[in-house]
Amino acid sequence: MATRLQFENNCEVGVFSKLTNAYCLVAIGGSENFYSAFESELADVIPIVKTSLGGTRIIGRLCAGNKNGLLVPHTTTDQELQHLRNSLPDAVVVQRIEERLSALGNCIACNDHVALAHTDLDKETEEIIADVLGVEVFRQTIAGNILVGSYCALSNRGGIVHPHTSVEDLDELSTLIQVPLVAGTVNRGSEVIGAGMTVNDWTALCGSDTTATELSVIDSIFKLREAQPSSIVDEMRKSLIDTYV
Amino acid sequence: MFKVQQTIGSVLCCKCGVPMPPNAANMCVNCLRSEVDITEGLQKSIQIFYCPECGCYLQPPKTWIKAQWESRDLLSFCIKRLKNLNKVRLKNAEFVWTEPHSKRIKVKLTVQAEVLNGAVLEQSYPVEYTVRDNLCESCSRFQANPDQWVASVQLRQHVSHRRSFFYLEQLILRHDAASRAVRIKQVHQGIDFFFGNKRHADSFVDFLSKVVPIEYRQDKQLVSHDVKSSLYNYKYTYSVKICPICREDLIFLPSKVAIGLGNLGPLVVCTKVSDNITLLDPRTLRCAFLDASQYWRSGFRSALTSRQLVKYSVFYVEPPVGETTVGGQKYALSYVQIARESDTGNLFCVQTHLGHILKTGDQALGYDIYGANVNDDEMEKYRLHGRLPEAILIKKCYDKERERKKGKPRAFTTKKLPMEMDESRGGRGVDPGKMENEYEEFLRDLEENPELRFNISLYKNKDYQESDETASMTDGEGAPTVPIEELLAELELSEEGEGDGEDDMDE
Repeated sequence: MATRLQFENNCEVGVFSKLTNAYCLVAIGGSENFYSAFESELADVIPIVKTSLGGTRIIGRLCAGNKNGLLVPHTTTDQELQHLRNSLPDAVVVQRIEERLSALGNCIACNDHVALAHTDLDKETEEIIADVLGVEVFRQTIAGNILVGSYCALSNRGGIVHPHTSVEDLDELSTLIQVPLVAGTVNRGSEVIGAGMTVNDWTALCGSDTTATELSVIDSIFKLREAQPSSIVDEMRKSLIDTYV
Repeated sequence: MFKVQQTIGSVLCCKCGVPMPPNAANMCVNCLRSEVDITEGLQKSIQIFYCPECGCYLQPPKTWIKAQWESRDLLSFCIKRLKNLNKVRLKNAEFVWTEPHSKRIKVKLTVQAEVLNGAVLEQSYPVEYTVRDNLCESCSRFQANPDQWVASVQLRQHVSHRRSFFYLEQLILRHDAASRAVRIKQVHQGIDFFFGNKRHADSFVDFLSKVVPIEYRQDKQLVSHDVKSSLYNYKYTYSVKICPICREDLIFLPSKVAIGLGNLGPLVVCTKVSDNITLLDPRTLRCAFLDASQYWRSGFRSALTSRQLVKYSVFYVEPPVGETTVGGQKYALSYVQIARESDTGNLFCVQTHLGHILKTGDQALGYDIYGANVNDDEMEKYRLHGRLPEAILIKKCYDKERERKKGKPRAFTTKKLPMEMDESRGGRGVDPGKMENEYEEFLRDLEENPELRFNISLYKNKDYQESDETASMTDGEGAPTVPIEELLAELELSEEGEGDGEDDMDE
């Protein structure tokens, strides 16, 4: 189910958080409201980690990750890296990469199987992405924009892209990623979807400006109505519980 | 270069969910309109002032603009009155129908402005104008005193007849010179014209100076005075004198003038008066021209005027000894034997310049110098020395031919100026019977002299039938009449819409 929330009166939820199927990262805010909203949604299902990256709160735009791994930019400090390694499940590989384009969240859009990358990304980075995240990487543009991470939100079930994407582009991307895509908006007509919302397989969180229409589009494309967290996470729990023993 | 076909997909409007092509705001037009009102801050109702007398609208502070109801001028005036219209772009403006006496004008404006993130929104909205009646300054001044005039032209000619004024009236009508006169009044020995504007009076006086020889002076009278802004309101009066010399007058030139004109015989006949006076010496057939300033330097008066013309019968005309053409008019010098109608026993043998038209048995009009008693010392001296002719013939008389046409209407009519008669001065006012006779003579003059008709418009007489004319023409030479080609058909504006056009085949 899609929910609406705000980070310190700002509707760009995707900037201050990163949600995957295995974990969730949130930024450190003045009040605990943001964190509480995530907790109420995700509670015992996946760990919610409060962090900063490179001393900043815009963690959603700086890092890219899925259930297999997390890539952080070179600006991340050692403490933050250590904190992340400690807090996240062991199955998740945290890797710091040296890349000129350091806002990895803007440059990479990924789900658990496939990733779309900024066209100017280094070859090495692409290889690291393929290794760490365990995905197939495609260099693409969305509606002529090279910042793929900003202009689309992906999950394993579906995705939303920039509203000006043409029908042909939509088809092409859809066949590449193998999930249904729709051109839509979030936060009352904002085109920057990646920054406006964050999503995983059973829940989506959007800015509070999101209209009911947009919410219904999100619900339908990401198939959130039938989704039950338990069914998905049960699979993962097996791997998690393994470590306790 | 191969370009992939790009079809624009459709997204859902973020507010209402209706599918629409994506735009900068990603909202359908209705939702966008409900969100943003670009007409906010624009004037929606305003008051304008209208003068019901002259149909003008006030553009403050002082200009009054004439505009018709629902015209382009009115539309541009209305738009100019709106204040903040420079913030948005005006695409279209049109009138919405309102009841004419509702005192409301409604204009629908379509404006464009940029909203949100670069989307250009177009919106139309109505503006209501409340029309308030307010007399403009000139109308209120006129209302307060309808006879208000600012400039007047007092036209005078100190002669005993009004022939010049009849002719002048026709000229004025033809050139439309008095169209802006507020009032025209006929007075003894003249006409008064009243204008609302000094410029109009100026241009009228200019026109007069071009058609008759005049002398004028201009005076002004203070009406009101605004101390603070030093504005002075005056009434201007032009006192215009037309020279008293008329056509067919006999003039005894003072010696200075005669010498100045090249020793022109002291007895001359005035043959034409336009902006200068043409003087013809009947004995030498020499012509001289005097313009207004030259005339007023000496200011002589005529010895005998057309009132004093006497009928003569012509007994014998000798063949002409000399011919000349002056100013389009032909003259032939010859000796004739004539006698006054009243006194046929007394034969005179005189020279005349009408040798080309006179024949034995004709009647002519001329001045009887032999029997005249003229109040001029110089002339008396001449007479004593026997140097004056006994008579000077001026024109041929058509009375016999006119007898035949007595009572029948003329082929042409003339228009008149709207003049007020001066009834006030009882006795010294104009006598209607005398006026009629003079007017009849004036019309006869027009018939006889084609050059007089040159600058005048004559209109076809509707009551006149051709058949009468042809019947009388069969027996001998008829009286001179105006040929049909010179007449203008009156413009009739009838309900059927077809106007009788002006077929003017004149020069």
